[in-house]
Amino acid sequence: MSKWVDVCSVDDLQQNSGVCALVDAEQVAIFYMEDKSVYAINNYDPFGKVHVLSRGMIGDIKGEPMVSSPLYKQHFSLKTGICFEDESVNVASYGVRIAGDRVEVNLNGAAQ
Amino acid sequence: MSNKQTLVVIGNGMVGQNFLVSLMASDIEDNYDVVTFCEEAIPAYDRVHLSEYFAGKSAAELSLVEEGFFENNNITIHLSDKATMIDRENKTVTSEKGKVIAYDKLVLATGSNAFIPPIPGNDRENCIAYRTIDDLDDMKEAAKISKVGAVVGGGLLGLEAAKALQDLDLITHVVQFGPRLMSAQLDDGGAGLLKQKIEELGVSVLVDKNTIKIVDGDECKHKMMFSDGTELETDLILYSAGIRPRDDLAAQSGLKIANRGGVIIDDNCLTSDQDIYAIGECASWNDQTFGLVAPGYAMARTVVNQLAGGDAFFTGADMSTKLKLNGVDVASIGDPHASEPGSLVYTYQNGVEGIYKRLVVSKNNKLLLGAVLVGDASGYPILSQYYLNAIDLPSNPDSLILPARSDASVGLGPDALPASAQVCSCFDVKKGDICSAIEGGCTTLGGLKKETQAGTGCGGCVALLKSVLDCELEKAGFEVNTDICEHFAYTRQDLYNLIMVEEIKTFNELLKKHGSGSGCEICKQTVGNILASYWNEFVLKEEHVGLQDTNDTFLANMQKDGTYSVVPRMTGGEVTPEGLIAIGQIAKKYGLYTKVTGGQRVDMFGARVDQLPLIWQELIDAGFESGHAYGKSLRTVKSCVGSTWCRYGVDDSVGLAVELENRYKGLRSPHKIKFAVSGCTRECAEAQSKDIGIIAVEGGWNLYVCGNGGMKPRHGDLFATNLDKETLIKYIDRVLTFYVQTADRMQRTSVWMENMEGGLDYLQSVIIDDKLNICDKLEDQMQRVVDTYQCEWKTTIADESKVKRFRHFVNSDKHDENIIFVEERGQVRPANIEERELAKAEMA
Ligand code: SRM
Ligand SMILES: Cc1cc2nc3c(=O)[nH]c(=O)nc-3n(C[C@H](O)[C@H](O)[C@H](O)COP(=O)(O)OP(=O)(O)OC[C@H]3O[C@@H](n4cnc5c(N)ncnc54)[C@H](O)[C@@H]3O)c2cc1C
Ligand code: SF4
Ligand code: FES
Repeated sequence: MSKWVDVCSVDDLQQNSGVCALVDAEQVAIFYMEDKSVYAINNYDPFGKVHVLSRGMIGDIKGEPMVSSPLYKQHFSLKTGICFEDESVNVASYGVRIAGDRVEVNLNGAAQ
Repeated sequence: MSNKQTLVVIGNGMVGQNFLVSLMASDIEDNYDVVTFCEEAIPAYDRVHLSEYFAGKSAAELSLVEEGFFENNNITIHLSDKATMIDRENKTVTSEKGKVIAYDKLVLATGSNAFIPPIPGNDRENCIAYRTIDDLDDMKEAAKISKVGAVVGGGLLGLEAAKALQDLDLITHVVQFGPRLMSAQLDDGGAGLLKQKIEELGVSVLVDKNTIKIVDGDECKHKMMFSDGTELETDLILYSAGIRPRDDLAAQSGLKIANRGGVIIDDNCLTSDQDIYAIGECASWNDQTFGLVAPGYAMARTVVNQLAGGDAFFTGADMSTKLKLNGVDVASIGDPHASEPGSLVYTYQNGVEGIYKRLVVSKNNKLLLGAVLVGDASGYPILSQYYLNAIDLPSNPDSLILPARSDASVGLGPDALPASAQVCSCFDVKKGDICSAIEGGCTTLGGLKKETQAGTGCGGCVALLKSVLDCELEKAGFEVNTDICEHFAYTRQDLYNLIMVEEIKTFNELLKKHGSGSGCEICKQTVGNILASYWNEFVLKEEHVGLQDTNDTFLANMQKDGTYSVVPRMTGGEVTPEGLIAIGQIAKKYGLYTKVTGGQRVDMFGARVDQLPLIWQELIDAGFESGHAYGKSLRTVKSCVGSTWCRYGVDDSVGLAVELENRYKGLRSPHKIKFAVSGCTRECAEAQSKDIGIIAVEGGWNLYVCGNGGMKPRHGDLFATNLDKETLIKYIDRVLTFYVQTADRMQRTSVWMENMEGGLDYLQSVIIDDKLNICDKLEDQMQRVVDTYQCEWKTTIADESKVKRFRHFVNSDKHDENIIFVEERGQVRPANIEERELAKAEMA
């Protein structure tokens, strides 16, 4: 079932920050870390109930990469999409990889 | 087909839903096809906050179900369909609508019914239980044609229901069968005072009233007849006289039921059938049922764990309660009735202030067994600590309820705030609640937010929250950790000094030298902010972008629906007709909502991220600059019209305001900075409530510093008088730079001043007398910032690679279709959730 979709070039990403891509009608937030690793989770903020997570700040909590919602600042793991403040809340996480100078997303793929 | 087992959950109330959510978040979600029956027409909602339905909360806002939860998790929910039979032999559940589902595992989460006392006439029209949204809708309808309402039952819930009747503008009575209000939780003394307090709220309380029948009234719809021969006329009757577990379905199918009601469960939450669990209010554990959500959630967790093969047990729950009813503080801990033989009682009663406190302690005076607090529940956190953890009491336990007579005010620090002081107004969190969370083991800001919700709304109270936390920890003997976050073991001031002394220009350099990990939004913003204060480089430079909060990244403030506001600078609140016309035209063209702000300028709301550069291009063409409404930086310099027009004006306040705003615009600081200039002591610009306030007087300008409006208003301190303009600006340069260098992150000048050792005198000695011999440096630093000012929007628009970021999608020119507006009073506003759903359905 795994299907990698070409999304954009690496240059379109913003290091230490996020962008949002449209993949099969899903809004996918893609984050490009300082160490050049990439993560993808759904762009929907379940607390603010709007599509804005790609615009949150990123970093880590005890080594786990995370994004902080730009609206109410809850933190989500970039690996699992689970909210640090409330484990019962999570957003979907997706596969994402860099192939050459392209960025590819796999909606069915697990995050790395 | 599938080798999954089928799990059926009967009841989608608070606990049923909590169970589903925990199950979906667990590793075993894929093991089951999940089906749930929900008798009500809507899925789970927050019953605990049901009363807020009257304060304007909608059903959608009370919902506990995330958008798409059932679909995304492949859960089949049968709404408005009640399970009517369980065939344990064949393992099927049958519903009212005729569905028959075979189950492998079954979970009962059927909750309770409100208990309706068996009185003749109890089912007359407008006699309603207080349990569901349907009930509340009935109440609303009934209230429309009612003048008087009566609540049957004076327990926790009954009092809440009474409040609801009052909110509906009815004359309200509470009718209590026994002699005491909240009889389960209070003793006579406490209940007596509570009654008095409730009556002060305008609710009449009738105790010892046994209703024998309800008949037609003379003035009102009904007449309640009591056994003592008295009667009460009322139009609406609400039953809140306790709850009865809904165990009928379980009973029919032969499951064991407790004598006092409820499906019997063991520590695993299993019923007498090994494939059937019961959780929440319908369950009876150790002959006890639990009318609170927390124990229900604990049962739900237990079952998920059991299904996953774990060995978690349900171990009962603490039933201590604290009620907050508009100004009536009531708390009860453990057993307040001193029912244990030999137990000792301490009572403190203060008739003047309306306070009653009672402690029940063990025979040897060592352990707290129970407590009642009415009128002042601030001792609740500490007392529950003693109770829950069986901590040895101090040798004089009464010291715990006697007032601390320290009338000498300790200043205005967090310590001096009374426990009843509201810290977070979004969620009505009092200092006492925060202290209680801290006592409960919450020792980080994050933990506190999660525990109390304080700071998770508008965020405006976070600074105060933090200082309460620090102060409490310090009092409790903890060493206060002043590290800004887990990545830097430094304070903001330390970081500022490091950056200054080592001439560090990027976050990565600082992190490499002095930090660990990859940072978080706290340290990134703080360092980004310091770098901007000190070096004043373009905040969207490649190496700084990741340090900016979303508002700074997009140079606009994100609104609740993910759109942004656009605030051009209008120095001193001055704007030309051409400027106004340009703003009007731009707002019209992009369909923006316009509003005059509290800061004397015009804000345009509802811009999508992709529209921001286009809008700003037009604003810049019309001569506007960024208003920095997004930054921790100078916001506005408000002015009054001053001597130019005003007959009382002593000097040109607008002129000075414009000059000052132009001087300090763009200055990044620990928190936002606001100024105002008034043309005379009538003070129409409200300068004394600003970080920097200036008032024209005959001899020159008077300078006020460290004022604040906002959450905790503070009048500015008169800093210097009769200044000429040059000296005035010199002082402001120095004060602001000193603030930028020494304040904590997110600390307004007011709090900075409050926390400054030596206070105003000290600040004056540094700024006016140059006691530290740093004033030249302070002025130089400010001049550098002034000289390197740039309009961030202008710089951004000129750089295509920066503009590129303002697309919603990196791979498509589409915009976010979920942003939907509706019209109100001739302008747009964000659609609420229901309107959004409706609009999307229409589009589909
Ligand atoms: C737009 C405006 C309300 C309005 O429609 O009038 C407003 C809107 C916001 N205010 Fe304000 N404040 C506005 C004037 C004020 C004023 C009045 C004033 O400046 O004279 C005050 C009290 C004065 C003061 O600050 O001392 C004020 C005290 C606050 C506070 C509390 C600050 C405090 O120290 O307690 C916050 C919360 C915070 O900053 O942490 C806040 C926060 C906010 C935020 C940033 C909340 C947020 O994060 O979304 C709002 C941003 C909306 C936006 O997109 O621009 N706003 N806010 C006003 C914009 C003024 C401007 O032109 O820039
Ligand atoms: C006004 C009010 C205020 C409260 N305040 C607090 C508070 O401050 N703190 C606190 O801890 N608790 C409070 N509670 C109690 C709290 O709401 C309950 O403890 C909690 O809702 C129990 O959850 P539950 O899932 O067991 O039952 P419920 O939430 O009642 O859910 C049971 C659901 O199952 C459905 N159902 C029943 N039988 C069937 C069937 N055969 N088939 C299909 N569906 C069925 C019911 O219709 C209901 O929707 C309050 C309750 C009320 C009414
Ligand atoms: S504009 Fe200010 S006062 Fe109004 S809701 Fe927003 S933060 Fe609160
Ligand atoms: S979050 Fe506390 S006042 Fe808004």
